[in-house]
Amino acid sequence: MDILQLLFWLLTIMAIGCALGVVLSRNPVTSVIFLILTFFAISGHYLLLNAQFLAIVNIIVYAGAIMVLFLFVIMLMNLNADTEPQKSWLVQLAGVISGGTLFLVLIAAIRNAHLLGVINKESSDIGLIKNLGTVLFKQFVLPFEISSVLFLSAMIGAIVIGKKDTE
Amino acid sequence: MPIQYYIFLSLALFCIGIMGALMRRNAIIIFMSIELMLNAVNLLLTAFSKMYNDSAAQIFVFFIMVVAAAEVAVGLAVIVMMYRKVHSVDVNILNRLKH
Repeated sequence: MDILQLLFWLLTIMAIGCALGVVLSRNPVTSVIFLILTFFAISGHYLLLNAQFLAIVNIIVYAGAIMVLFLFVIMLMNLNADTEPQKSWLVQLAGVISGGTLFLVLIAAIRNAHLLGVINKESSDIGLIKNLGTVLFKQFVLPFEISSVLFLSAMIGAIVIGKKDTE
Repeated sequence: MPIQYYIFLSLALFCIGIMGALMRRNAIIIFMSIELMLNAVNLLLTAFSKMYNDSAAQIFVFFIMVVAAAEVAVGLAVIVMMYRKVHSVDVNILNRLKH
C-alpha cells in the first residue's frame, strides 16, 4: 500500500465519519464543525485527484463562506442541544431504513456494471487555474456570465426576503 | 485506484445526506444535509474528470458551487424570516403554510 492509497483511505474514513457526525450530533454547532471537517476531507480528495483549483475553491467557498454563514445564523437564533427538536424514534428508523435501502440498491446496481476505468496515478495539469481558466473563458463564457446574473438575483432576493415588514 | 471506490464513497456521502434530511427536524440541519449531497456529486464529477482527463467536469463542479452559494444565501434568508415569524426552526411547524 503506497502513500496515495493510505491517504485515500484516511480521507475516506474522515469524510464518512464526519458526515455521520453531522447527521447524528444533537448540537447544531457541532454539526457545523463536523460539516467543515467533511469539506476539508473532500478537499483532500480533490488534491489527490489533481484538482488543485477545486480544492482551494472548496475550502474558500464552502468551509470559509457558506459554513460561516450557517454558524452565524445558528448563533443568531441561539440554537443548542436543549432547543433541538427531535423526531420520534419510529420516524428516525424509517429515515435510516430508506436511506440505507437506497444505498444498497445503488451499490447492487453499480457493483456489476462494467466500469473498467482506473484513476491513473500520473499527475495531469487540467486542474490548474491556468488551464481551467482557459476552458472557462473559451467554451463556458455564457454560463459564467449568466451565473453573475444569478448571484445578483440571489443577493437581491436575500435582501428582500430578510427585510423587516414595515407596515 | 479503481473508479468504483470513488463511486461508493460518493454514494455513501449522498445516502448519509438523504438520511439526515429525513431524520432531522431542524431546518438548518436539513439544509446542511443537502450541502453534503451536493458535495458528494462534486466529488464523483471530479473523479470522472480525472479518469477521462477532461476539464469540462471540473468547470461543471465550479458551477455547482456557484449555484450552491446562491442557494444558501436565499435559503438562510428564508430560515431567518421563518424564525422571526414563528420563533422556531422546526419544519413540523411549517406544515400548515396558511397560518
